[in-house]
Amino acid sequence: MPASYIPPWEDLLRVLPEIVLTVGGTIAMVLEPLLRPEKKRRLGWLALAALLVALWATAVAHVFAGPAFRAMIIVDGFATFFRALVIVVGALAVLCSLNYLERERADSGEYYALVLFSVVGQCLMAASNELIMIFIGLEISSISTYVLAGYLRDDVRNNESAIKYFLLGSFATAFLLYGIAWIYGLTGSTDLSEIRRVLANPELAPAGALVGVSAALMFVGFAFKVSAAPFQIWTPDVYQGAPAPVTAFMSAGPKAAAFAIFLRVYMTAFEPVASRWEPVVWLSALATMLVGNFAALVQNNLKRLLAYSSIAHAGYVMVAVTAHSEIGTAAAMFYLVAYAFMNVGAFAVVTHFARERERYVNVDDLAGLAQRQPVTAALFALFLLSLIGIPLTGGFFGKFYIFKAALEANLYWLTGIGLLNSALAAYYYLRIIVVMYFHEPGEAAATLAPPAPALKVALWSSAVATLVLGVFPSLVLDFAGKSATLAR
Amino acid sequence: MDAVLFLVFAAIAVACGISVVVQRHPITSAISLIGVMGALAVLYLLLGAEFLAAVQVVVYAGAIMVLFIFVIMLLNAGVEPPGGRSWPVRLLGLPMLVILVGLLSFVIRRVFAGGEEVRFGAFTKGGPREIGRLLFTDYLLPFEVTSVLILVAILGAVVLARKEID
Repeated sequence: MPASYIPPWEDLLRVLPEIVLTVGGTIAMVLEPLLRPEKKRRLGWLALAALLVALWATAVAHVFAGPAFRAMIIVDGFATFFRALVIVVGALAVLCSLNYLERERADSGEYYALVLFSVVGQCLMAASNELIMIFIGLEISSISTYVLAGYLRDDVRNNESAIKYFLLGSFATAFLLYGIAWIYGLTGSTDLSEIRRVLANPELAPAGALVGVSAALMFVGFAFKVSAAPFQIWTPDVYQGAPAPVTAFMSAGPKAAAFAIFLRVYMTAFEPVASRWEPVVWLSALATMLVGNFAALVQNNLKRLLAYSSIAHAGYVMVAVTAHSEIGTAAAMFYLVAYAFMNVGAFAVVTHFARERERYVNVDDLAGLAQRQPVTAALFALFLLSLIGIPLTGGFFGKFYIFKAALEANLYWLTGIGLLNSALAAYYYLRIIVVMYFHEPGEAAATLAPPAPALKVALWSSAVATLVLGVFPSLVLDFAGKSATLAR
Repeated sequence: MDAVLFLVFAAIAVACGISVVVQRHPITSAISLIGVMGALAVLYLLLGAEFLAAVQVVVYAGAIMVLFIFVIMLLNAGVEPPGGRSWPVRLLGLPMLVILVGLLSFVIRRVFAGGEEVRFGAFTKGGPREIGRLLFTDYLLPFEVTSVLILVAILGAVVLARKEID
């Protein structure tokens, strides 16, 4: 019997970001009915403040690095890295949402509370070192994202998006849970380090076939959440239907957190059986890149195009997972940061351009944007060039490190096909730039108002981050490299 | 005796589970689900998890199923119209299920051929005292964080069910 049931204060400091965000979300929720409709916008600023305090809290938690709450979570460099990333993505999403919600006359505290709670779930995923915590974190993040996808509930596109995401997502989570039940039955533990110890010990290790079944079941759940083939089918419909700022959020935050748990589970618990799962992830990485890029070629809807592009980018990160080395993990971490900024930036432009009820979301609507709003067009072009992977942008170094890690792991075929894929991808990104710069301005570009201040902040900070990552990649890569050694 | 009880209740659980899926009326499906939960509660009891068995009956078969049935009746959901499944699903669904179940049972039979048997009654740490202690020591964080999960679910229900966005 323990002396005290009260956890030590270091443990509480290690979950400080989650505490700050939960308190912020709850305050936003409670204040919502007390504010007059025209003042609801303030709750957005409250959410932003909570996210910034949580970013500081992440740094505080990192000072007290170590396992907490009986090793349910572990605060290491990897956790801090992903916590900071999802918090920043949350802040950018709030900045994009402020004007969007006002435009749609849907400004309300619940929206911001849901964003904050979703980030709580993602922070927990980033830090958890135990399958039950991973599952609860994933569910918190997913359920809030399902609701956010259907937030404008009078819009049929939102309804379609939310119901598809919810049904398919719950189904995928059930696979993950079944996998967790199997591995618990086999090893008698849900702690990742303990599972690894059992699997690595030839005397204790259960039969390979059974471990394979549980790893495969968990793979289904993770692959769905990161939209890797063959579980990517939901992505275009959900991304297209959800409100544009929500799409920006869910294409970066929940995906990064899902990759964080994917990497942690497969690089620690299942690392002793890496030679068994490597071919499966190899095949999935290949299929994801091909499906994403080829389908994106024929899209006319901007949100749908970016959805397929996000599938393709998940494929590149899967290449880094296939490498299953520390360099591969660091490359995946760097890529997810670069991808988050360029993708949120691109969706911020879409948010700005779409106008009320998201009327203008086709590639052709962008015609002549460069003549009307040269700055917006230039920033969009920068994000697209980064998505292609042009030097001096974050996307270039992201791809560079991933393919370098893949070559060091002797994945020559995957690297070659990945490079061909990035060349192919250039076509559909450049097509958007051509429409923006070389077509005569159409009705959509002519009637575009200048971006609101909050959106401008989101656009510029994403652009600056993309450029900084492209010019000084070592700022992030050094930390990623140091954090890639996961606790075992 | 143990094996007989286990087989009987496992069979009831599986039969009710199939019934949940194939029934055309939502109320019949919900009633079948009660059967699944009841049979599961007996299985928990056989394994020595008496607290879980009680919770299973009180919370799941009781409270949650009442809510299910309330919602079905509020929505006035009628009989599901037949058909509506695409031909690959109709053609491949059942064979794939048989293959999956066959493969799983083959793997389990081969791997656990020499495994030890479960003896009912050997495990006696399933009471409320042990579970409560675990919840407030080892599993304190998941226990607390689950409240955020429930809060999010409530918030989501409020958002999606309100009348209209003002």
